Amino acid sequence: MNIASILATKGDKVVTIRAEQSIREALGALAQHNIGALVVVDDGMRPIGILSERDIVRAAARDEKVFPLLVGQLMTRDLVFGDPGDDLGAVGHTMVQRRIRHLPVVAAGKLIGMVSIGDVVKAQRDQYQGEVDTLQTIVMEHGH
Amino acid sequence: MSLGTAERPLRVALIGAGPAGFYVAEHLLRRPDLVVEVDLFDRLPTPYGLVRAGVAPDHQKIKAVTGAFDKVAAHPRFRFFGGVELGKDVGPGDLRRHYHQIVYTTGAQTDRRMGIPGEDLFGSHPATEFVAWYNGHPDYRECLFDLSQERVAVVGVGNVAVDVARILCRTPEELARTDIAEHALQALRRSRVREVYLLGRRGAAQAAFTNPEIKELGELEAADVVVVPEEVELDPLSRAALEMANDRAAMKKVEILRSYARRGVAGKPRRLTLRFLVSPVAVLDDGAGAVGGIRLVRNRLVASATGAIQAQATDQLEELPVGLVFRSVGYRGVPLAGVPFDDKWGVVLNEKGRVLDPDTKRPLVGEYTAGWIKRGPTGVIGTNKPDAAETVAGMLEDLEAGHTLEPPEPDPAAAEALVRQRRPDFVAYADWLRLDALEVARGRARGCPRVKFTRVDEMLDALANRDPA
Repeated sequence: MNIASILATKGDKVVTIRAEQSIREALGALAQHNIGALVVVDDGMRPIGILSERDIVRAAARDEKVFPLLVGQLMTRDLVFGDPGDDLGAVGHTMVQRRIRHLPVVAAGKLIGMVSIGDVVKAQRDQYQGEVDTLQTIVMEHGH
Repeated sequence: MSLGTAERPLRVALIGAGPAGFYVAEHLLRRPDLVVEVDLFDRLPTPYGLVRAGVAPDHQKIKAVTGAFDKVAAHPRFRFFGGVELGKDVGPGDLRRHYHQIVYTTGAQTDRRMGIPGEDLFGSHPATEFVAWYNGHPDYRECLFDLSQERVAVVGVGNVAVDVARILCRTPEELARTDIAEHALQALRRSRVREVYLLGRRGAAQAAFTNPEIKELGELEAADVVVVPEEVELDPLSRAALEMANDRAAMKKVEILRSYARRGVAGKPRRLTLRFLVSPVAVLDDGAGAVGGIRLVRNRLVASATGAIQAQATDQLEELPVGLVFRSVGYRGVPLAGVPFDDKWGVVLNEKGRVLDPDTKRPLVGEYTAGWIKRGPTGVIGTNKPDAAETVAGMLEDLEAGHTLEPPEPDPAAAEALVRQRRPDFVAYADWLRLDALEVARGRARGCPRVKFTRVDEMLDALANRDPA
């Protein structure tokens, strides 16, 4: 299984924001879409950073006046991108190892989606459950 | 009086009677707090989707899952309308008259193309057509494959590719013990195929086939399995990835393949050669418009940003002289008339099984999807069970919130009358069970699990003859 199989049931919407928008706007977008991170893009929809709820929490703990700050000031620039063809085994391992919660997915230089560690865990769980169920069914139906 | 109770049962139409359709039905029907009537439609008279038309005939154990589907079908509020096609016999408007919720479970009915020159030459086929043909799918009954060719390339190393290669390598005696379609058995008896190449883009460690399948290839009665030793050496990149993820199954896979490299050939009449790190770049013309060979580029492995191992083409080319090519580089969903489609992934546009409006990206009321047409062609049969559970969870949430279709005639008798009017010869589940018994009886004569009916009129005739009504 690969990243494409996760994106297929996510309805092809990616919530993005621009570096010059405010943290107030970013919080609005996170709440409205009930998500944990926003991809920061430039004019050409190329991802230049990621802004997660944790980035905002950390900044708010230092200084409560975070609302007027700009997304570009708090975003993480050191990005790891996923490819739609990447196997979930490797993706899951890398996300856990590097503590990445949200992975922007890029094809031909364009942002096409985002997968969360929760998506990866769920896809892998479903895969294992499916394999176990198939084996159990074979054993049970064949036993009769 | 709320919907989903004995007074007002929830009425659900499922389109497509493969595993996804049955699993959605099962998740709905087994809920103690819900009274639901499920009507499962299929354009074919027979149920089970790819379990009947896809799973290889020499893998009968896997087909045992149909026993579980029959249990679902035995539920008093389950009905099967076989031989009834959406868009032809019944339209979306018809469904909206009789059902509160509609679920598309039509699977991935076509193959992905390789996108290389020569792909449509005579003798170059989708592996899925060959599979449907040898499994007796009525739509593929008349396909012709030039089995007078001695050398065949199968592009891909997934389960479908392995099935095709294995069927090509089986002896007629081995095949006759399976439920392979009679026409395919006759054609394969005359097969002159001697050399089959399975071509994998990445390395042995990344191949999608499973260990039991690869072991099975080593135990073929009349075919030697051959690998190129350098191609099954574990490269440092793959080794690091496997060790990091502690992927024992993949390590075992490489070990099995390396044992094939060591053991040499026994001189059996056929050879099955497994190749890795090669991608086709062109199917070559023999000068008369038919396949004369396949040009391959050698790949090297690279790690992507997430550590996944990908193939990267080098500048080294080679050619294999083959007269027949089967491509098996993935399945793809076919759009359904009037149902939003996501062309990028080849699936119904959906979010966790809720079909989305393409303009607003908001869920459409009462329309859902499950299985391969929802998530793409991944996983084993059982993977459709948790997938269906996710869709059903959304359906029940929407039911709770009152977001369902409002059919003017939510009546099982009215729905059946409509089907009967459009397709008087529709196949109910009881009919299918009779057809099934007839196939099994025909199989006893041949000494195999069943002899399939492979034409729709043949099926309907068989049912009519036995039906006293």
